[in-house]
Amino acid sequence: MEYLIGIQGPDFVLVAADNVAASSIIQMKHDYDKMFKLSEKILLLCVGEAGDTVQFAEYIQKNVQLYKMRNGYELSPSAAANFTRKNLADYLRSRTPYHVNLLLAGYDDTDGPGLYYMDYLSSLAKAPFAAHGYGAYLTLSILDRYYRPDLSRDEAVDLLKKCAEELNKRFILNLPSFTVRLIDKEGIHDLEKLTLGAK
Amino acid sequence: MALFEVSGYKKYCELREQILPAGLTHLVDRTNHYSFGTKTQEFAVPPGVDASGFLKSCNHDGGVCIEMNHGTTTLAFKFKHGVIVAVDSRASAGNYLDSTDANKVIEINAYLLGTMSGSAADCQYWERLLAKECRLYRLRNNHRISVAAASKLLSNMMVGYRGMGLSMGSMICGWDKQGPGLYYVDDNGTRLSGRMFSTGCGNSYAYGVVDSGYREDMTVEEAYELGRRGITHATHRDAYSGGVVNMYHMREDGWIKVCQDDVSELIHQYRKGMF
Repeated sequence: MEYLIGIQGPDFVLVAADNVAASSIIQMKHDYDKMFKLSEKILLLCVGEAGDTVQFAEYIQKNVQLYKMRNGYELSPSAAANFTRKNLADYLRSRTPYHVNLLLAGYDDTDGPGLYYMDYLSSLAKAPFAAHGYGAYLTLSILDRYYRPDLSRDEAVDLLKKCAEELNKRFILNLPSFTVRLIDKEGIHDLEKLTLGAK
Repeated sequence: MALFEVSGYKKYCELREQILPAGLTHLVDRTNHYSFGTKTQEFAVPPGVDASGFLKSCNHDGGVCIEMNHGTTTLAFKFKHGVIVAVDSRASAGNYLDSTDANKVIEINAYLLGTMSGSAADCQYWERLLAKECRLYRLRNNHRISVAAASKLLSNMMVGYRGMGLSMGSMICGWDKQGPGLYYVDDNGTRLSGRMFSTGCGNSYAYGVVDSGYREDMTVEEAYELGRRGITHATHRDAYSGGVVNMYHMREDGWIKVCQDDVSELIHQYRKGMF
């Protein structure tokens, strides 16, 4: 039902998430934001079981901020991703595992942009593009076909629009709008919400 | 704490070990209810019982299956003049009607209301505990708790008992410094802020009526009528909702109880074109 996508360019990462908060067959919210700001240049996108998503993401968010308060400098995206994965792994074989699927996108001043794919079994993979949800079955091949490592920002947004149009055309569930954000060396920028009309 | 040590005060656990033999201390003086301790949060779970494991064994097909019924319709929506809260009053226990005049709105304080759907016991207990925490907050901090904070407290209580079979879908409505507030909180830890929510098994019918009749600039009377219509049409279609419509209006100076109308009378008033 829920959909996350991330595309890494040479000096930016573009991420988008759908805006629906659902409960069985009802859309409870149409403007729900699934992105959590971990620091000035790191975003965590989180989908999965109701309740688990917000609890786990806020836990990671507060711990990343605590690290900055204690040590005076921020965690790098790679360190934050590994910290998140470690927490998922620790809870996996406990009595209350967190069923969440994540994308972590960030810009490191030394290493550049990074996109990390994590799933509820606590796997972690750094990838040039990634997607979560049923929509991923429809859009990963589009990303395979049209992705290039030297995409410009406009080309990346067009690629994102291609994916959204494919979902609108072929995905059985209605995902009317997506929040889109871009991370680069200046920080996190909100781009225009992607809305698709009825087909 | 230096004064603590100098005064020769014995730590409670040392005193206890002198009174009780070692080995039984874990059974005595355990927390008997949920409390937000300043150092640790304590959860009251019966010793030796693994609630989530037991529930998992009761939920597979072919074996014993415990099904939770959510017989209710409640709704709440924000508009220009505050928040309208409307609930039905039918309490069902399986196929039996327990009560036709259950009260599904808990008045937490003069500025906060909570609705109940799901298990009546869970809703009443946890929302009453929330009322206690809100009162303590007011006494400790000298200002009223915000709606966001009150709903977060309730949501954290739910998260603490994740997987142990709580069943509660509630809307926390209030008016604080940010204006009118409406939050949906449920037993799996979901907490959403929004303009309109409806819970219970009749919720889809209520969404249909309120979504199509809603305008941001409604007058107060129009909003009352919309709330009444939402519950009445939901009780007409849903077998597990009925009784009377209990309606509250959350205004800047607190909530007022608007009306208590029998749905069977309302549905006959609306019957033109219906049947």
